[in-house]
Amino acid sequence: MQVQINGEQRTLATGLTVAKLLQELDIRPDRVAVELNLAILDRSEFDGRSLQEGDRIEIISFIGGGQRVR
Amino acid sequence: MTNDRLTIAGREFKSRLWVGTGKYKDFAETRRAIEASGADVVTVAVRRVNITDRSKENLLDYIDPKKYTILPNTAGCYTVEDAVRYSRLARAAGVSDLVKLEVIGDEKTLFPDTAGLIEAAKILIKEGFIVLPYTNDDPIVAKKLVDIGCPAVMPLAAPIGSGLGIRNPYNLKIILETVKVPIIVDAGVGTASDAALAMEYGADAVLMNTAIAGAKDPIMMAEAMKYAVDAGRLAYRAGRIPRKLYATASSPIEGML
Repeated sequence: MQVQINGEQRTLATGLTVAKLLQELDIRPDRVAVELNLAILDRSEFDGRSLQEGDRIEIISFIGGGQRVR
Repeated sequence: MTNDRLTIAGREFKSRLWVGTGKYKDFAETRRAIEASGADVVTVAVRRVNITDRSKENLLDYIDPKKYTILPNTAGCYTVEDAVRYSRLARAAGVSDLVKLEVIGDEKTLFPDTAGLIEAAKILIKEGFIVLPYTNDDPIVAKKLVDIGCPAVMPLAAPIGSGLGIRNPYNLKIILETVKVPIIVDAGVGTASDAALAMEYGADAVLMNTAIAGAKDPIMMAEAMKYAVDAGRLAYRAGRIPRKLYATASSPIEGML
């Protein structure tokens, strides 16, 4: 299935969960927030939430920034 | 400096110098500068994770969230919607309800859009956020931010990254007199004396990034800023002498030949 992750088109196995996706991307779940189709997921939802065709996923984290990042 | 802790929304901070984590050469330098500054509050930005290159290290590998208060900002947000969205993401990614709220009004000056700031702050406060707003040196806006429930206000000294120092000391003094929550002077500091001056006026803390990260020797400047903030704070508490036009002798006249 086709999904969009952080603005990039990706092809994923059907029914992949958010937790599995993070694992595949080698991303620590405790360091990120995940927004699925503009709704923020609670970390407790990562395991049970399966992705669907056409989903738009944003995975964000903290980076260096003070007053502005250039 | 004992028993002179800064308290905001029930949280106690030991340092009155807060630092940003942007513009450093690498994470190792970021960490060394923060250590040299003595800061216990560090600001971070909220951005997309790089999903194509996962070799990149994470900032939080270098800055222990157990040791420091991580203060996410909404830098780069130009609308109320974006600032609210980034704040919610920051809360979901982190461990606290703290957010340094920025709603930027203009790309060239990076001055805050204070109308948008108040609007976004209202939404976030209703959702339980502890909103620390980055605002202009405008006493009326500062007061409005407190009235809607901000536990501290962060007026700018000068445009972000400008290094111009406190451009409007009189407005800052009015804010310090009229606004009864901690005031954190944020943005525009160029060198140590700027930070000391803000503290001498009675600011409760100073937040800076570029002044340290952009210095030729960021680690040394971080240390300089620590002393400046401490010195300014002590001078404020000690109470300066009044300014007079003419001299007053320090040595007695008695006993002169």
